[in-house]
Amino acid sequence: MAWIDQKMEEGVVTTTLEQALNWARESSLWPMTFGLACCAIEMMATGASRFDLDRFGAGAFRATPRQSDLMIVAGTVTFKMASRIRRLYNQMPDPKYVIAMGACTCGGGPYFIHGYHVVKGVDLVVPVDVYVPGCPPRPEALIEGVMRIQDKVRGERIAKGAENELPMPHHSGHPAPSVVQINMNNVRSGA
Amino acid sequence: MNADEIANCLSEEFGDAITGKNVEAMDPWVEIAPEAIADVAQFCRDDEQLLFDYLRNQSAVDYLITDARKAKKLEIEPRLEIVYHLHSYPHGHDLVLKVLLPRWKGDVEGELPECPTVSHVWAIADWHEREIFDLMGVRFTGHPNLRRILCPEDWVGHPLRKDYEFPLEYHGIRCQ
Ligand code: SF4
Repeated sequence: MAWIDQKMEEGVVTTTLEQALNWARESSLWPMTFGLACCAIEMMATGASRFDLDRFGAGAFRATPRQSDLMIVAGTVTFKMASRIRRLYNQMPDPKYVIAMGACTCGGGPYFIHGYHVVKGVDLVVPVDVYVPGCPPRPEALIEGVMRIQDKVRGERIAKGAENELPMPHHSGHPAPSVVQINMNNVRSGA
Repeated sequence: MNADEIANCLSEEFGDAITGKNVEAMDPWVEIAPEAIADVAQFCRDDEQLLFDYLRNQSAVDYLITDARKAKKLEIEPRLEIVYHLHSYPHGHDLVLKVLLPRWKGDVEGELPECPTVSHVWAIADWHEREIFDLMGVRFTGHPNLRRILCPEDWVGHPLRKDYEFPLEYHGIRCQ
């Protein structure tokens, strides 16, 4: 874009169609209202004013799969529920994304051994894009998950034959060395 | 009435159908022969002195130790127990009834043991018995609607039995 950037009058912005489309889509992810258990409380907190999922354009929780493009599976998935989840997923229009929120949906969580009624991970039922571990995850963690979905949307290519770009895994920097490194001499001498 | 009086009152009325009791326990209990439980329940609810109008809880216990080493130490006879917790609002007294059943009817694995229903005496027993049927596998004879209540309708087996084997797959979903 660089060659054209400076040639217009002030206030005109140039972009690619792809960028514009992805920008629009990533900023209006509409999740489906989908609380299954205790994790749903944290999801509600994420949507409420303190954490305000609306800042990311993802605060419009839709009550129907037809209008949503993000499924946040928040809570314990039972075998009875699994077939409904699959159906709801199939009813969502493409492109669609799934966040597995909480230990239960990531892999059975507290019900892994003795939970006769719990599916050991929602990825056995629908394809999952982002896993958010925790029991329950803090709202910040869910927001992080939504941002990773946004990265994924940003990496989509509309040109024919173009490969979608895989987003780089994020991390928020390294902890300060003084916190991690224990001076072994001090430990031994008891100082 | 205290527990002793209640137990004696039941023994007088039903004689041999009362197969055991423990009135010293924290929750005094009376053991009833399976075929008599419906009559005993009716009597407990309607008798002027007892008036147990409230079934607080109905549940089942599976006595089976699957670990062979522990089983030797504890020596529990394998059985199922149905436990009824009764309460009387007019008199304020409590009672526990127990019914002992074999784990399988006629000791044939897969044949569910049978117990008469009390759902016509206390309406809440309807759902409690469905739950016991669902999770523990007890067939309540005379129950108006004995279907699974928690597990999916086409679930196989009774998950809270101690020797329950988890299925490998359910409708294409891997289970283990
Ligand atoms: S992960 Fe924890 S908080 Fe979330 S649904 Fe499971 S048990 Fe509840």
